[in-house]
Amino acid sequence: MSRVLVPCHVKSTVALQVGDMRTSQGRPGVLVVDVTFPNVAPFELQEITFKNYYTAFLSIRVRHHTPLHTPSKWVTCLRDHCLMPDPHSEEGAQEYVSLFKHQMLCDMSRVLELRLILRQPSPLWLSFTVEELQIYQQGPKSPSLTFPKWLSHPVSNEQPAPRLEGLPDPSRVSSEVQQMWALTEMIRASHTSTRIGRFDVDGCYDLNLLSYT
Amino acid sequence: MLQEESDLSLIIAQIVQKLKGSNLYAQLERQAWACLQRPEIRLESLKEDIKEFFKASGWEKKLQNAVYSELNVYPLPSHPSAPPEHLKEPLVYMRKAQGSWEKRILKSLNSMCTELSIPLARKRPVGEQKELLNKWNEMGTDEPDLSLFRPVYAPKDFLEVLINLRNPNYENGDSLSFRTHLGLIQVPLKVKDIPELKECFVELGLNTGQLGIDDSTQVPPELFENEHVRIGQKVLVQQDSAAAQQYIRQGSPTALRAELWALILNISSQPEDVKLTASNDDYYFVFEDYLYQVLLCFSRDTSVLSHFAYNSASPPKSYIRGKLGLEEYAVFYPPNGVIPFHGFSMYVAPLCFLYHEPYKLYQIFREMYVRFFFRLHSISSHPSGIVSLCLLFETLLQTYLPQLFYHLREIGAQPLRISFKWMVRAFSGYLATDQLLLLWDRILGYNSLEILAVLAAAVFAFRAVNLMEVTSLAAAEAVLADLSTLKVMPLLQIFLFATVT
Repeated sequence: MSRVLVPCHVKSTVALQVGDMRTSQGRPGVLVVDVTFPNVAPFELQEITFKNYYTAFLSIRVRHHTPLHTPSKWVTCLRDHCLMPDPHSEEGAQEYVSLFKHQMLCDMSRVLELRLILRQPSPLWLSFTVEELQIYQQGPKSPSLTFPKWLSHPVSNEQPAPRLEGLPDPSRVSSEVQQMWALTEMIRASHTSTRIGRFDVDGCYDLNLLSYT
Repeated sequence: MLQEESDLSLIIAQIVQKLKGSNLYAQLERQAWACLQRPEIRLESLKEDIKEFFKASGWEKKLQNAVYSELNVYPLPSHPSAPPEHLKEPLVYMRKAQGSWEKRILKSLNSMCTELSIPLARKRPVGEQKELLNKWNEMGTDEPDLSLFRPVYAPKDFLEVLINLRNPNYENGDSLSFRTHLGLIQVPLKVKDIPELKECFVELGLNTGQLGIDDSTQVPPELFENEHVRIGQKVLVQQDSAAAQQYIRQGSPTALRAELWALILNISSQPEDVKLTASNDDYYFVFEDYLYQVLLCFSRDTSVLSHFAYNSASPPKSYIRGKLGLEEYAVFYPPNGVIPFHGFSMYVAPLCFLYHEPYKLYQIFREMYVRFFFRLHSISSHPSGIVSLCLLFETLLQTYLPQLFYHLREIGAQPLRISFKWMVRAFSGYLATDQLLLLWDRILGYNSLEILAVLAAAVFAFRAVNLMEVTSLAAAEAVLADLSTLKVMPLLQIFLFATVT
């Protein structure tokens, strides 16, 4: 299924902290990131991808477009999704993550706005966030990549259509096309996995020094 | 679920892509063509009949082994947005540290070349080629003058780099906190504790028979050894890699070890065309020349370059003389991209006891290197990487032998300074050979190097009484200088399953 990137505006993160921010020690463990979609009609959300940076748990709230003039409310669509199995250690800390429609707790059609709530309970990290946030909606259905039936089964059981004068035999044409297709597949596949074996350039391997770039 | 299905098809597609370019694919194709002559192959059910033929003739098993090998070696396909360097190493600061370390090695190599006025590589003049051909059989005895060459680096230089590894996003302040690590490694990687290790290494438990323990002279062979050997022979007849890997967790009988390792590492029995640039003659390997010739071939084997896809290290680059900066004249140096360090040949030496045909010895070593040994000298966050092994060792010691750890720290003998050299060489050269091979059996069986860190901690536990009495680093080194009398399996078993904590 193809997907289409939805242009979004990611607001700067807001830290949630109890007490006076200036005097209290310790770092905030909860951050909120608002994502708006200016100039985009309410859409159906397909996928969210991002690169994690030391966030341990992620919750997402969504605001839907409502008909008429009823005020839209925030609904939780993802609750405490674990990104780091051990918040004190590096596992999962810098991974690329995808979240899909079917993982959400509510219907994701007609999305107006998203709110990401990031949590990192461990005091060991200096900062945490999510990066390279991208939101996708469902794209148009892509043309089928499988081999069309009429090409792969040249011999059919039904009565062949009356042949027009001057045109080549359709079953021969289709089997030739099939062979060519198989050859191109083979070449495409073998191109990347065969070994090269030679380490010199045209028989020459005179080297002076190593390069730093 | 949708996501799991698409993950699975991605993995399948990746493995098919890999295997399509392999020798096995060509062989399977030839077999399929050849079997068309057979009477049991009918045109109406061609696909099914060929599949049946493959199953009966053992080719399906070979394919299964190849797939299993791919699953073991290559990491799972990563997220589509992840760049290739993320597959090599996901943590950015570790990639940077590996990059700086490599640059240091390159500078050191370059300055050595400049000081001694020798180029990195040049074609041998004709006279020298002839000389080399004549002396191929005695290469170990007539080396060029290497006295002016220093080793590129030694393990202790590498240890200093690991000690200085820091995560810039980590609280590295001086104030002690609940997570202050008292050892040398200061990065918070996830390592297993003893309950998790017990689960992972369950076949090493007290109630399971082991070679290295239950085959000692006092134990009647009918209790375990005979049956274990019989099962081993059956596994070899079946030629099943996965079964062999499971079997070898309890150790391999000496007579079966060479074949079992070859089966697990999926080394074909056909001699591969090992490209020797020095000579194409049939040669006779004398034991002490094995090392020299294997490493010579290894350094020129460009197929090793493919492992850099999942190794955090990158192969050094150079340019043909006079063509600096022109990409069509860029080459890797050495051709296999691996710069060896002092003691590198110790990875090969134990294998010489198992394999006498040169091509098999070479293939086993190459496979062991691209599966395991490369992790011991590159900076990465992988659970079998040297950084994780060091942290695992220190954490085990600090948690389960706190008095010993504290004492050694107080006298200036950080335990890692002593055990690092054992782990970096996978204990080769420190243990008796039969014990080393029993240890490497388990590395293959569990497809992980964590057992090295556990053994290092077990050795400290074993000599704890003596170590508590020393008062200096030198004295601690002396207590742990000789490991040649140690029996590996009892130490591991006691440390994991029989220590009261």
